[in-house]
Amino acid sequence: MMLSMDTTFEQVRELALRSVTDVRYPIVKTYTLDALWVLYDRVLRVDPNRPDDPDRDRFLLSKGHGPSAFYAVLAAKGFFPAAWLDGIATLESRLGSHPDATLIPGVEMSAGSLGHGLPLAVGTAHGLRATGRTGSRVFVLVGDAELDEGSNHEAIAYAGALGLANLDVIVADNDSASHGWPGGIASRFEVNGWSAATVDATDHEALYRSFTTAHPDRPHVTVAAYRP
Amino acid sequence: MVYQADPLEDDLQPLTMRDAWAAHLSDLVDADPRLAVVLADISSDMFTDAMKAHPDRVINVGIREQLLIGAAGGLALAGMRPVAHTYAPFLIERAFEQVKLDFEHQGTSGVLVTVGASYDWAEGSFTHFSPRDVALFDTLPGWRVFVPGHAAEVPPLLDRAVQAEDGVYIRLSLRHNENPYAVPDGKLLVLREGKRATVAVVGPLLDNVLEATADLDVTVAYTNTPRPLDTAGLRELAAETGDAIVVVEPYLEGTSAWLVSRAYEDRPHRLLSLGVGREELRRYGTAAEHERLHGLDAEGIRARVRAFLA
Repeated sequence: MMLSMDTTFEQVRELALRSVTDVRYPIVKTYTLDALWVLYDRVLRVDPNRPDDPDRDRFLLSKGHGPSAFYAVLAAKGFFPAAWLDGIATLESRLGSHPDATLIPGVEMSAGSLGHGLPLAVGTAHGLRATGRTGSRVFVLVGDAELDEGSNHEAIAYAGALGLANLDVIVADNDSASHGWPGGIASRFEVNGWSAATVDATDHEALYRSFTTAHPDRPHVTVAAYRP
Repeated sequence: MVYQADPLEDDLQPLTMRDAWAAHLSDLVDADPRLAVVLADISSDMFTDAMKAHPDRVINVGIREQLLIGAAGGLALAGMRPVAHTYAPFLIERAFEQVKLDFEHQGTSGVLVTVGASYDWAEGSFTHFSPRDVALFDTLPGWRVFVPGHAAEVPPLLDRAVQAEDGVYIRLSLRHNENPYAVPDGKLLVLREGKRATVAVVGPLLDNVLEATADLDVTVAYTNTPRPLDTAGLRELAAETGDAIVVVEPYLEGTSAWLVSRAYEDRPHRLLSLGVGREELRRYGTAAEHERLHGLDAEGIRARVRAFLA
Protein backbone atom coordinates (compact mmCIF):
# COMPACT_ATOMS: atom_id res chain seq x y z
CA MET A 1 0.00 0.00 0.00
CA MET A 2 1.35 3.41 -0.93
CA LEU A 3 -0.11 6.14 1.18
CA SER A 4 -0.73 9.62 -0.12
CA MET A 5 -0.44 13.04 1.47
CA ASP A 6 -3.98 12.92 2.79
CA THR A 7 -3.67 9.68 4.71
CA THR A 8 -6.24 9.58 7.44
CA PHE A 9 -5.70 8.73 11.06
CA GLU A 10 -7.83 5.61 10.60
CA GLN A 11 -5.48 4.37 7.87
CA VAL A 12 -2.50 4.88 10.15
CA ARG A 13 -4.25 3.01 12.91
CA GLU A 14 -4.76 0.09 10.52
CA LEU A 15 -1.04 0.12 9.76
CA ALA A 16 -0.22 0.10 13.45
CA LEU A 17 -2.51 -2.85 14.06
CA ARG A 18 -1.01 -4.63 11.07
CA SER A 19 2.38 -4.52 12.74
CA VAL A 20 1.04 -5.41 16.16
CA THR A 21 -0.11 -8.80 14.98
CA ASP A 22 3.38 -9.66 13.85
CA VAL A 23 5.30 -8.45 16.85
CA ARG A 24 6.12 -11.00 19.48
CA TYR A 25 6.65 -8.34 22.09
CA PRO A 26 3.99 -9.10 24.71
CA ILE A 27 2.79 -5.61 25.63
CA VAL A 28 2.64 -3.83 22.31
CA LYS A 29 0.26 -0.93 22.55
CA THR A 30 -0.66 1.89 20.26
CA TYR A 31 -1.69 4.52 22.80
CA THR A 32 1.07 6.81 21.53
CA LEU A 33 -0.39 6.77 18.01
CA ASP A 34 -2.44 9.97 18.37
CA ALA A 35 0.46 12.02 19.65
CA LEU A 36 2.85 10.65 17.05
CA TRP A 37 0.40 11.25 14.22
CA VAL A 38 -0.28 14.85 15.20
CA LEU A 39 3.45 15.41 15.53
CA TYR A 40 4.40 13.96 12.16
CA ASP A 41 1.31 15.15 10.30
CA ARG A 42 1.20 18.73 11.50
CA VAL A 43 4.21 19.80 13.55
CA LEU A 44 7.58 18.26 12.70
CA ARG A 45 9.58 19.65 9.80
CA VAL A 46 10.90 16.38 8.42
CA ASP A 47 11.05 15.14 4.85
CA PRO A 48 11.11 11.42 3.96
CA ASN A 49 13.01 12.33 0.79
CA ARG A 50 15.70 14.03 2.83
CA PRO A 51 15.75 12.17 6.16
CA ASP A 52 19.27 13.43 6.94
CA ASP A 53 18.63 17.11 6.23
CA PRO A 54 20.71 18.83 8.94
CA ASP A 55 18.07 21.52 9.38
CA ARG A 56 15.24 19.07 10.11
CA ASP A 57 13.44 18.82 13.43
CA ARG A 58 14.38 15.77 15.48
CA PHE A 59 12.01 13.30 17.08
CA LEU A 60 13.58 10.85 19.52
CA LEU A 61 11.43 7.92 20.60
CA SER A 62 12.98 7.19 23.95
CA LYS A 63 10.32 4.75 25.05
CA GLY A 64 11.35 2.22 22.43
CA HIS A 65 9.25 -0.64 23.74
CA GLY A 66 6.34 -1.55 21.49
CA PRO A 67 7.10 0.83 18.64
CA SER A 68 4.17 -0.22 16.43
CA ALA A 69 2.62 3.23 16.42
CA PHE A 70 5.95 4.83 15.53
CA TYR A 71 6.57 2.42 12.67
CA ALA A 72 3.07 2.97 11.34
CA VAL A 73 3.46 6.75 11.30
CA LEU A 74 6.87 6.55 9.59
CA ALA A 75 5.43 4.18 6.97
CA ALA A 76 2.40 6.40 6.45
CA LYS A 77 4.70 9.38 5.93
CA GLY A 78 6.79 7.48 3.39
CA PHE A 79 10.04 6.97 5.30
CA PHE A 80 9.89 3.30 4.32
CA PRO A 81 7.45 1.02 2.49
CA ALA A 82 4.42 -0.22 4.41
CA ALA A 83 5.48 -3.75 3.46
CA TRP A 84 8.25 -3.41 6.06
CA LEU A 85 5.51 -3.68 8.68
CA ASP A 86 5.08 -7.37 7.85
CA GLY A 87 7.38 -9.80 9.59
CA ILE A 88 8.60 -7.35 12.19
CA ALA A 89 11.38 -8.60 14.47
CA THR A 90 12.26 -11.51 12.20
CA LEU A 91 15.85 -12.02 11.16
CA GLU A 92 15.43 -10.30 7.79
CA SER A 93 13.38 -7.35 9.07
CA ARG A 94 14.82 -3.88 9.58
CA LEU A 95 12.10 -3.23 12.13
CA GLY A 96 12.37 -4.86 15.53
CA SER A 97 10.75 -4.74 18.92
CA HIS A 98 13.14 -1.87 19.62
CA PRO A 99 14.00 0.55 16.78
CA ASP A 100 17.59 0.74 15.52
CA ALA A 101 18.41 4.16 14.07
CA THR A 102 21.16 2.71 11.89
CA LEU A 103 18.66 0.44 10.12
CA ILE A 104 15.55 2.60 9.64
CA PRO A 105 15.30 5.86 7.67
CA GLY A 106 13.77 8.61 9.76
CA VAL A 107 14.61 7.07 13.12
CA GLU A 108 16.88 9.44 15.06
CA MET A 109 17.69 7.26 18.05
CA SER A 110 18.21 3.57 18.72
CA ALA A 111 16.04 2.87 21.74
CA GLY A 112 14.93 0.09 24.04
CA SER A 113 16.76 0.70 27.30
CA LEU A 114 14.76 3.27 29.25
CA GLY A 115 16.07 6.65 30.30
CA HIS A 116 18.43 7.37 27.41
CA GLY A 117 16.33 9.61 25.14
CA LEU A 118 15.96 12.71 27.26
CA PRO A 119 19.71 13.08 27.96
CA LEU A 120 20.44 12.46 24.27
CA ALA A 121 17.82 15.08 23.37
CA VAL A 122 19.51 17.61 25.68
CA GLY A 123 22.79 17.10 23.85
CA THR A 124 21.10 17.25 20.45
CA ALA A 125 19.35 20.50 21.42
CA HIS A 126 22.71 22.00 22.42
CA GLY A 127 24.27 20.75 19.20
CA LEU A 128 21.58 22.32 17.02
CA ARG A 129 21.98 25.64 18.78
CA ALA A 130 25.78 25.44 18.56
CA THR A 131 25.63 24.89 14.80
CA GLY A 132 23.25 27.79 14.29
CA ARG A 133 20.20 25.65 13.50
CA THR A 134 18.02 27.82 15.66
CA GLY A 135 14.88 26.89 13.74
CA SER A 136 15.24 23.18 14.47
CA ARG A 137 13.43 21.68 17.43
CA VAL A 138 14.00 18.46 19.35
CA PHE A 139 11.01 16.40 20.50
CA VAL A 140 11.50 13.36 22.71
CA LEU A 141 8.78 10.94 23.79
CA VAL A 142 9.11 9.19 27.14
CA GLY A 143 6.71 6.99 29.11
CA ASP A 144 5.40 7.82 32.57
CA ALA A 145 6.99 4.64 33.93
CA GLU A 146 10.18 5.45 32.06
CA LEU A 147 10.38 8.60 34.18
CA ASP A 148 11.31 6.31 37.07
CA GLU A 149 14.81 6.23 35.59
CA GLY A 150 16.96 8.82 37.38
CA SER A 151 18.74 9.83 34.18
CA ASN A 152 15.56 11.66 33.14
CA HIS A 153 15.65 13.78 36.27
CA GLU A 154 19.27 14.71 35.64
CA ALA A 155 18.14 15.97 32.23
CA ILE A 156 14.94 17.67 33.45
CA ALA A 157 16.80 19.67 36.10
CA TYR A 158 19.58 20.67 33.72
CA ALA A 159 17.40 21.58 30.73
CA GLY A 160 15.17 23.69 32.96
CA ALA A 161 18.12 25.52 34.50
CA LEU A 162 19.60 26.19 31.06
CA GLY A 163 16.28 27.20 29.50
CA LEU A 164 16.73 24.91 26.50
CA ALA A 165 13.85 26.38 24.53
CA ASN A 166 14.33 24.14 21.46
CA LEU A 167 13.53 21.05 23.56
CA ASP A 168 10.04 19.53 23.84
CA VAL A 169 9.20 16.44 25.86
CA ILE A 170 6.08 14.36 25.40
CA VAL A 171 5.22 12.09 28.31
CA ALA A 172 2.98 9.23 27.16
CA ASP A 173 1.20 8.77 30.46
CA ASN A 174 -0.81 5.57 30.74
CA ASP A 175 -0.50 5.51 34.51
CA SER A 176 1.93 2.63 34.50
CA ALA A 177 4.63 3.90 36.91
CA SER A 178 4.76 1.42 39.80
CA HIS A 179 4.84 4.11 42.47
CA GLY A 180 2.99 6.85 40.61
CA TRP A 181 3.81 10.54 40.44
CA PRO A 182 2.24 12.30 43.43
CA GLY A 183 1.37 15.87 42.52
CA GLY A 184 1.22 15.02 38.84
CA ILE A 185 3.88 14.57 36.19
CA ALA A 186 3.68 18.16 34.91
CA SER A 187 4.66 19.54 38.32
CA ARG A 188 7.81 17.44 38.23
CA PHE A 189 8.90 19.49 35.22
CA GLU A 190 7.44 22.83 36.31
CA VAL A 191 9.45 22.87 39.54
CA ASN A 192 12.54 22.99 37.31
CA GLY A 193 11.22 25.92 35.32
CA TRP A 194 9.63 24.09 32.39
CA SER A 195 6.52 25.18 30.56
CA ALA A 196 3.95 22.37 30.87
CA ALA A 197 0.56 21.26 29.61
CA THR A 198 -1.46 18.14 30.43
CA VAL A 199 -3.82 17.01 27.70
CA ASP A 200 -6.01 14.07 26.72
CA ALA A 201 -3.78 11.68 24.78
CA THR A 202 -6.49 11.18 22.14
CA ASP A 203 -7.46 14.85 21.65
CA HIS A 204 -5.65 15.86 18.47
CA GLU A 205 -6.41 19.57 18.75
CA ALA A 206 -5.21 19.72 22.35
CA LEU A 207 -2.05 17.82 21.43
CA TYR A 208 -1.44 20.17 18.51
CA ARG A 209 -1.93 23.25 20.69
CA SER A 210 0.56 21.96 23.24
CA PHE A 211 3.12 20.92 20.62
CA THR A 212 2.97 24.40 19.09
CA THR A 213 2.86 26.38 22.33
CA ALA A 214 5.36 29.22 22.30
CA HIS A 215 8.06 28.75 24.96
CA PRO A 216 10.84 31.10 23.91
CA ASP A 217 12.94 30.91 27.07
CA ARG A 218 12.37 27.41 28.48
CA PRO A 219 11.70 23.81 27.47
CA HIS A 220 8.14 22.52 27.25
CA VAL A 221 6.52 19.27 28.30
CA THR A 222 3.25 17.82 27.03
CA VAL A 223 1.83 15.22 29.38
CA ALA A 224 -0.45 13.14 27.15
CA ALA A 225 -2.71 11.37 29.64
CA TYR A 226 -4.24 8.15 28.33
CA ARG A 227 -7.12 6.98 30.51
CA PRO A 228 -9.36 4.67 28.45
CA MET B 1 30.37 23.80 50.34
CA VAL B 2 34.04 24.70 50.14
CA TYR B 3 36.58 22.07 49.29
CA GLN B 4 39.79 22.61 51.20
CA ALA B 5 42.03 20.95 48.66
CA ASP B 6 41.78 19.72 45.13
CA PRO B 7 43.06 16.13 45.08
CA LEU B 8 43.91 16.54 41.42
CA GLU B 9 46.49 19.23 42.08
CA ASP B 10 50.09 18.12 42.41
CA ASP B 11 52.56 20.38 44.18
CA LEU B 12 55.45 18.59 42.53
CA GLN B 13 54.28 19.17 38.96
CA PRO B 14 54.13 22.70 37.58
CA LEU B 15 51.98 21.41 34.73
CA THR B 16 49.86 18.27 35.16
CA MET B 17 48.39 16.21 32.33
CA ARG B 18 45.02 17.69 33.22
CA ASP B 19 46.41 21.24 32.95
CA ALA B 20 47.89 20.44 29.54
CA TRP B 21 44.65 18.83 28.38
CA ALA B 22 42.40 21.70 29.50
CA ALA B 23 44.62 24.39 27.98
CA HIS B 24 44.96 22.62 24.65
CA LEU B 25 41.30 21.65 24.47
CA SER B 26 40.28 25.27 25.08
CA ASP B 27 42.43 26.29 22.10
CA LEU B 28 40.97 23.52 19.94
CA VAL B 29 37.41 24.52 20.80
CA ASP B 30 38.14 28.06 19.67
CA ALA B 31 39.43 26.78 16.34
CA ASP B 32 37.04 23.93 15.54
CA PRO B 33 33.27 24.65 15.46
CA ARG B 34 32.52 20.94 15.37
CA LEU B 35 34.14 20.32 18.75
CA ALA B 36 32.12 20.28 21.99
CA VAL B 37 33.09 19.75 25.63
CA VAL B 38 30.78 18.27 28.28
CA LEU B 39 31.78 18.49 31.94
CA ALA B 40 30.21 17.31 35.19
CA ASP B 41 31.64 19.89 37.61
CA ILE B 42 35.05 18.18 37.76
CA SER B 43 37.60 20.50 36.08
CA SER B 44 34.87 22.99 35.12
CA ASP B 45 36.89 25.83 36.66
CA MET B 46 39.51 25.22 33.98
CA PHE B 47 36.99 26.03 31.23
CA THR B 48 35.43 29.23 32.58
CA ASP B 49 36.46 31.34 29.60
CA ALA B 50 35.64 28.62 27.07
CA MET B 51 32.14 28.21 28.53
CA LYS B 52 31.51 31.94 28.20
CA ALA B 53 32.80 32.00 24.63
CA HIS B 54 30.92 28.87 23.52
CA PRO B 55 27.86 28.39 25.75
CA ASP B 56 26.35 25.60 23.61
CA ARG B 57 29.61 23.81 22.90
CA VAL B 58 31.30 23.90 26.30
CA ILE B 59 28.74 22.89 28.92
CA ASN B 60 28.77 21.83 32.54
CA VAL B 61 25.81 19.61 33.46
CA GLY B 62 26.62 19.54 37.18
CA ILE B 63 27.14 16.33 39.13
CA ARG B 64 25.16 14.23 36.63
CA GLU B 65 27.22 11.48 35.02
CA GLN B 66 24.37 9.82 33.13
CA LEU B 67 23.52 13.18 31.57
CA LEU B 68 27.24 13.81 30.96
CA ILE B 69 27.43 10.87 28.57
CA GLY B 70 23.87 11.21 27.28
CA ALA B 71 24.37 14.87 26.37
CA ALA B 72 27.71 14.04 24.74
CA GLY B 73 25.93 11.33 22.74
CA GLY B 74 23.26 13.83 21.73
CA LEU B 75 25.89 16.30 20.55
CA ALA B 76 27.33 13.49 18.44
CA LEU B 77 23.86 12.82 16.99
CA ALA B 78 23.77 16.51 16.01
CA GLY B 79 27.04 16.06 14.11
CA MET B 80 29.48 17.37 16.72
CA ARG B 81 32.67 15.76 18.05
CA PRO B 82 32.05 15.69 21.82
CA VAL B 83 34.72 15.47 24.51
CA ALA B 84 33.25 14.31 27.84
CA HIS B 85 35.23 14.41 31.06
CA THR B 86 35.13 13.56 34.72
CA TYR B 87 36.73 11.22 37.24
CA ALA B 88 37.37 7.79 35.72
CA PRO B 89 35.10 5.68 37.97
CA PHE B 90 32.16 8.04 37.46
CA LEU B 91 32.54 8.33 33.72
CA ILE B 92 33.47 4.75 32.79
CA GLU B 93 31.94 2.58 35.48
CA ARG B 94 28.96 4.53 36.75
CA ALA B 95 27.77 5.57 33.30
CA PHE B 96 28.98 2.56 31.34
CA GLU B 97 25.57 1.68 29.87
CA GLN B 98 25.43 5.23 28.53
CA VAL B 99 28.86 4.74 26.96
CA LYS B 100 27.62 1.55 25.34
CA LEU B 101 24.20 2.73 24.14
CA ASP B 102 24.57 6.48 23.67
CA PHE B 103 27.57 6.10 21.37
CA GLU B 104 28.08 2.59 19.99
CA HIS B 105 24.42 1.63 19.63
CA GLN B 106 23.61 5.02 18.05
CA GLY B 107 26.39 4.54 15.51
CA THR B 108 28.27 7.58 16.82
CA SER B 109 31.43 8.15 18.82
CA GLY B 110 33.20 10.66 21.00
CA VAL B 111 36.25 11.37 23.09
CA LEU B 112 36.16 10.46 26.79
CA VAL B 113 38.84 11.93 29.04
CA THR B 114 39.27 10.96 32.67
CA VAL B 115 41.38 11.83 35.67
CA GLY B 116 42.01 9.78 38.77
CA ALA B 117 43.51 6.71 37.04
CA SER B 118 44.14 3.68 39.27
CA TYR B 119 45.17 5.27 42.59
CA ASP B 120 46.03 8.94 41.99
CA TRP B 121 44.07 10.17 44.96
CA ALA B 122 45.10 7.41 47.34
CA GLU B 123 43.82 9.42 50.30
CA GLY B 124 40.38 9.20 48.72
CA SER B 125 40.54 5.42 48.42
CA PHE B 126 38.65 3.02 46.19
CA THR B 127 35.66 5.26 45.41
CA HIS B 128 37.99 7.33 43.23
CA PHE B 129 40.08 4.51 41.73
CA SER B 130 39.41 3.04 38.31
CA PRO B 131 41.92 0.27 37.56
CA ARG B 132 39.30 -1.65 35.52
CA ASP B 133 38.53 1.06 32.97
CA VAL B 134 40.66 -0.13 30.05
CA ALA B 135 39.38 -3.69 30.51
CA LEU B 136 35.84 -2.32 30.16
CA PHE B 137 36.75 -0.54 26.92
CA ASP B 138 38.03 -3.87 25.64
CA THR B 139 34.42 -5.07 25.73
CA LEU B 140 33.44 -2.36 23.21
CA PRO B 141 34.41 -2.59 19.54
CA GLY B 142 36.72 -0.04 17.99
CA TRP B 143 37.60 2.24 20.89
CA ARG B 144 41.15 3.55 20.99
CA VAL B 145 42.81 4.06 24.36
CA PHE B 146 45.50 6.69 24.97
CA VAL B 147 47.48 6.67 28.23
CA PRO B 148 50.02 9.52 28.26
CA GLY B 149 53.09 9.22 30.46
CA HIS B 150 53.84 12.94 30.67
CA ALA B 151 51.94 16.22 30.35
CA ALA B 152 53.82 17.08 27.15
CA GLU B 153 52.46 13.93 25.50
CA VAL B 154 48.88 15.09 26.03
CA PRO B 155 48.42 17.78 23.33
CA PRO B 156 49.48 15.60 20.37
CA LEU B 157 47.36 12.71 21.67
CA LEU B 158 44.39 15.05 22.07
CA ASP B 159 44.87 16.29 18.50
CA ARG B 160 44.72 12.71 17.25
CA ALA B 161 41.69 11.91 19.40
CA VAL B 162 39.73 14.90 18.18
CA GLN B 163 40.55 14.21 14.53
CA ALA B 164 39.72 10.51 14.75
CA GLU B 165 36.35 9.12 13.68
CA ASP B 166 36.38 6.33 16.28
CA GLY B 167 35.73 6.58 19.97
CA VAL B 168 38.82 7.49 21.97
CA TYR B 169 39.43 7.11 25.69
CA ILE B 170 42.20 9.30 27.15
CA ARG B 171 43.32 8.28 30.61
CA LEU B 172 45.10 11.15 32.41
CA SER B 173 47.05 10.60 35.62
CA LEU B 174 49.10 12.47 38.17
CA ARG B 175 51.65 9.66 37.90
CA HIS B 176 54.15 10.51 35.19
CA ASN B 177 57.59 9.89 33.79
CA GLU B 178 60.39 12.42 34.03
CA ASN B 179 60.53 12.97 30.29
CA PRO B 180 57.96 12.84 27.50
CA TYR B 181 58.41 10.58 24.49
CA ALA B 182 57.21 11.02 20.93
CA VAL B 183 55.72 7.65 20.06
CA PRO B 184 55.31 6.90 16.36
CA ASP B 185 51.61 6.66 15.50
CA GLY B 186 50.24 3.46 16.97
CA LYS B 187 53.67 1.82 17.32
CA LEU B 188 55.86 0.65 20.16
CA LEU B 189 58.87 2.91 20.75
CA VAL B 190 62.01 0.87 21.48
CA LEU B 191 64.09 2.51 24.22
CA ARG B 192 66.48 -0.28 25.03
CA GLU B 193 67.45 -3.54 23.31
CA GLY B 194 68.21 -6.86 24.98
CA LYS B 195 68.00 -10.58 24.36
CA ARG B 196 66.08 -12.31 27.15
CA ALA B 197 62.65 -10.68 27.12
CA THR B 198 60.67 -7.84 25.55
CA VAL B 199 59.14 -5.54 28.17
CA ALA B 200 56.28 -3.45 26.79
CA VAL B 201 55.25 -0.67 29.18
CA VAL B 202 52.28 1.66 29.00
CA GLY B 203 52.28 5.34 30.00
CA PRO B 204 53.40 6.54 33.42
CA LEU B 205 55.10 3.31 34.54
CA LEU B 206 57.97 3.71 32.05
CA ASP B 207 60.47 5.26 34.47
CA ASN B 208 59.87 2.48 36.98
CA VAL B 209 60.47 -0.11 34.27
CA LEU B 210 63.65 1.59 33.04
CA GLU B 211 65.00 1.67 36.59
CA ALA B 212 63.89 -1.88 37.32
CA THR B 213 65.57 -3.30 34.21
CA ALA B 214 68.65 -1.06 34.07
CA ASP B 215 71.08 -3.98 34.32
CA LEU B 216 68.86 -6.69 32.85
CA ASP B 217 69.36 -8.01 29.32
CA VAL B 218 65.88 -7.07 28.06
CA THR B 219 64.29 -4.97 25.35
CA VAL B 220 62.12 -2.12 26.68
CA ALA B 221 59.43 -0.68 24.44
CA TYR B 222 57.06 2.14 25.37
CA THR B 223 53.59 3.10 24.21
CA ASN B 224 51.06 5.72 25.22
CA THR B 225 48.47 4.38 22.75
CA PRO B 226 47.74 0.87 24.11
CA ARG B 227 44.58 0.45 22.01
CA PRO B 228 44.89 -0.66 19.39
CA LEU B 229 47.89 -2.50 20.80
CA ASP B 230 50.82 -2.80 18.38
CA THR B 231 50.92 -6.60 18.58
CA ALA B 232 52.68 -6.88 15.22
CA GLY B 233 55.48 -4.71 16.56
CA LEU B 234 55.52 -6.68 19.79
CA ARG B 235 55.90 -9.95 17.90
CA GLU B 236 58.75 -8.52 15.88
CA LEU B 237 60.61 -7.43 19.01
CA ALA B 238 59.83 -10.60 20.93
CA ALA B 239 61.13 -12.76 18.08
CA GLU B 240 64.60 -11.47 19.05
CA THR B 241 64.07 -12.27 22.75
CA GLY B 242 62.93 -15.88 22.62
CA ASP B 243 59.24 -14.90 22.54
CA ALA B 244 59.41 -14.00 26.23
CA ILE B 245 57.17 -11.00 26.86
CA VAL B 246 56.45 -8.77 29.84
CA VAL B 247 53.55 -6.30 29.66
CA VAL B 248 53.52 -3.59 32.33
CA GLU B 249 50.34 -1.50 32.42
CA PRO B 250 49.12 1.06 34.97
CA TYR B 251 45.64 -0.50 35.21
CA LEU B 252 44.22 -3.93 35.98
CA GLU B 253 46.85 -6.66 35.75
CA GLY B 254 46.37 -8.82 32.68
CA THR B 255 44.21 -6.32 30.79
CA SER B 256 46.24 -6.80 27.60
CA ALA B 257 46.95 -10.51 28.01
CA TRP B 258 44.11 -11.53 25.69
CA LEU B 259 45.54 -9.41 22.87
CA VAL B 260 49.02 -10.91 23.25
CA SER B 261 47.49 -14.37 23.36
CA ARG B 262 45.48 -13.70 20.21
CA ALA B 263 48.62 -12.44 18.42
CA TYR B 264 50.38 -15.71 19.25
CA GLU B 265 47.83 -18.27 18.08
CA ASP B 266 50.50 -19.74 15.78
CA ARG B 267 53.55 -19.59 18.02
CA PRO B 268 54.48 -20.59 21.59
CA HIS B 269 55.36 -17.70 23.88
CA ARG B 270 55.74 -16.80 27.54
CA LEU B 271 53.93 -13.82 29.04
CA LEU B 272 54.28 -12.02 32.36
CA SER B 273 51.50 -9.51 33.03
CA LEU B 274 52.18 -6.75 35.53
CA GLY B 275 49.55 -4.25 36.55
CA VAL B 276 47.22 -3.15 39.30
CA GLY B 277 45.88 -5.94 41.53
CA ARG B 278 42.27 -7.05 41.39
CA GLU B 279 41.60 -6.75 45.12
CA GLU B 280 40.86 -3.56 47.01
CA LEU B 281 43.74 -2.68 49.30
CA ARG B 282 41.52 -0.83 51.78
CA ARG B 283 44.46 1.46 52.57
CA TYR B 284 44.95 5.20 52.29
CA GLY B 285 48.35 6.87 51.89
CA THR B 286 49.96 8.18 48.73
CA ALA B 287 49.86 7.10 45.09
CA ALA B 288 53.53 6.14 45.29
CA GLU B 289 52.74 3.90 48.24
CA HIS B 290 49.89 2.24 46.37
CA GLU B 291 52.18 1.72 43.41
CA ARG B 292 54.59 -0.09 45.71
CA LEU B 293 51.83 -2.23 47.26
CA HIS B 294 50.74 -3.32 43.77
CA GLY B 295 54.33 -4.27 42.98
CA LEU B 296 54.63 -1.55 40.35
CA ASP B 297 57.50 0.44 41.81
CA ALA B 298 60.95 -0.26 40.36
CA GLU B 299 61.76 -2.79 43.06
CA GLY B 300 58.54 -4.73 42.64
CA ILE B 301 58.78 -4.82 38.85
CA ARG B 302 62.42 -5.87 39.03
CA ALA B 303 61.68 -8.76 41.38
CA ARG B 304 58.97 -10.21 39.16
CA VAL B 305 60.88 -9.71 35.91
CA ARG B 306 63.96 -11.41 37.39
CA ALA B 307 61.86 -14.35 38.55
CA PHE B 308 60.36 -14.54 35.05
CA LEU B 309 63.83 -14.62 33.49
CA ALA B 310 65.22 -17.18 35.94
